[in-house]
Amino acid sequence: MELIINLSINGIATGMLIFLIASGLTLIFGLMSVLNFAHGGLFVWGAYSGVFFFSLTGSFWIGILCAIVTGLILGLLTEVFIIRPVYGNHIRQILITLGLMLVLSELIKVVFGPNVLPAPVPDYLKGSWLIGDITIIKYRMFIILVGALIFCLMFFTLRYSKIGLIVRAGVMNKEMVQALGINIKKIFIFVFMVGSALAAFAGALFAPSAGAIYSELGMEFGIYAFIVVIIGGMGSIPGSLVAALLVGLANTFTAYYVPILSMVVTMLLMLIVLLFRPQGLFNVSGVSNK
Amino acid sequence: MSESILKLESINTYIDQFHILQKVNFEVKKGELTVLLGRNGAGKTTTLRTIMGLNPASAGTVTFKGENITKGAPYQIANKGIGYVPEDQGIFYDLTVGENMRVAMRHENDETKERLDWSLDLFPDLKRFWKKPAGQLSGGQKQMLAIARSFINETDLILIDEPSKGLAPVIVEAVIDAIEKIKDRTTVVLVEQNFSMAKRLGEKYYILDNGMTMHHGNMKDLEQNEELKRKYLGIG
Repeated sequence: MELIINLSINGIATGMLIFLIASGLTLIFGLMSVLNFAHGGLFVWGAYSGVFFFSLTGSFWIGILCAIVTGLILGLLTEVFIIRPVYGNHIRQILITLGLMLVLSELIKVVFGPNVLPAPVPDYLKGSWLIGDITIIKYRMFIILVGALIFCLMFFTLRYSKIGLIVRAGVMNKEMVQALGINIKKIFIFVFMVGSALAAFAGALFAPSAGAIYSELGMEFGIYAFIVVIIGGMGSIPGSLVAALLVGLANTFTAYYVPILSMVVTMLLMLIVLLFRPQGLFNVSGVSNK
Repeated sequence: MSESILKLESINTYIDQFHILQKVNFEVKKGELTVLLGRNGAGKTTTLRTIMGLNPASAGTVTFKGENITKGAPYQIANKGIGYVPEDQGIFYDLTVGENMRVAMRHENDETKERLDWSLDLFPDLKRFWKKPAGQLSGGQKQMLAIARSFINETDLILIDEPSKGLAPVIVEAVIDAIEKIKDRTTVVLVEQNFSMAKRLGEKYYILDNGMTMHHGNMKDLEQNEELKRKYLGIG
């Protein structure tokens, strides 16, 4: 029983990290119909920025803040110079963002060096709590709480704020949003920057839990994010959360009991959902490419 | 004679490689209800979409309140005071009725509140289903929401595309009543295939055929002209 609980906590923590990357991607995908394969690159840049500024300043929080700013800046540059010329053309989007992904990964080596970078956990989040035979690692609990907080923040912003309503409306019908007098380009930039910042934030949170980071991490997590968006339903934040937790838990349990199947199980989950609910678990009605 | 609020001069519009509008000329006077008539595929919807900048014209000029808006982005054109009700109503299905209205509100001030109150008096169902997801409304209620949403901001002109499409006759009557009240407040351009609705509401008409303006005049004259109706509208 203790083992199940420990594995569940690990799985939920992994799921929360994947949720943070996927939540930005689902909005970008749903609202802008943009296939951004460079999203994982923003994750890895966030991880490196977080670790670099943490070691430079000694403050974990300054590291997190710098990772978010890195995500915002990279998001802005990516939207303006890379994505904008290829709106409405998925083939070009895939090619150009895959290219950008490679460039971002290689730039990591140029800026931070080619070696694996150690990523320490801040002292106050080191260690674990022991409740009976259950070991709760403090940093994993921290990730779960931060992930839950970000979900609530996104959920309530999207549900109740004006900008959230516009983004949700844009996911359903971009053309009508424009015909109501709203500059959808500004909304696109905003969503792209927030999505990128979330990916970078997830990277900065992930690094200490992994202990060390390397430049190819982005591709691995980028694929997870896409799988979660497909399982959860395009444009749905609750869908991303549920799908990310499913993927996180399935991965952790399989990695423990049948390690060889840990990647296969994620693909299998996606396959089952695509077979029975091609629109994803949480469908946003009336989504159109208009 | 009332002033011109909207003028289309020699408008040409392409959708992909197809030349849809071919020198369309069209003028709307302030305070009037003008109906665009024509068979399926005549270019009526594309005309409205060209005015809104959704299918921009490749040649010609669209003038609104004396200003050239031909190259304007859809949001800029809407902000100049044009409301738009598309053929598919453009409702945001997962948002509630209230949220659909809120998305459209440019300012949440007393004037907007006055217009909202007026539209809720006009369409009491919207008040009743305020918190209901718009996707769960009936076809008629969705149409009412789309129309109410189009004039929640200060609007000088409303473009309504086939409001009777797919609605039961009793609902069409309600929509006609509502548009009659709306035309007392603002200028309306209506695209309509239902000729009995068009003749009850319209003061002026334009007939489009194959993307060209074929005829225009007073609706009362068209009612008497059996040949025109038979030739371009397939009725009479």
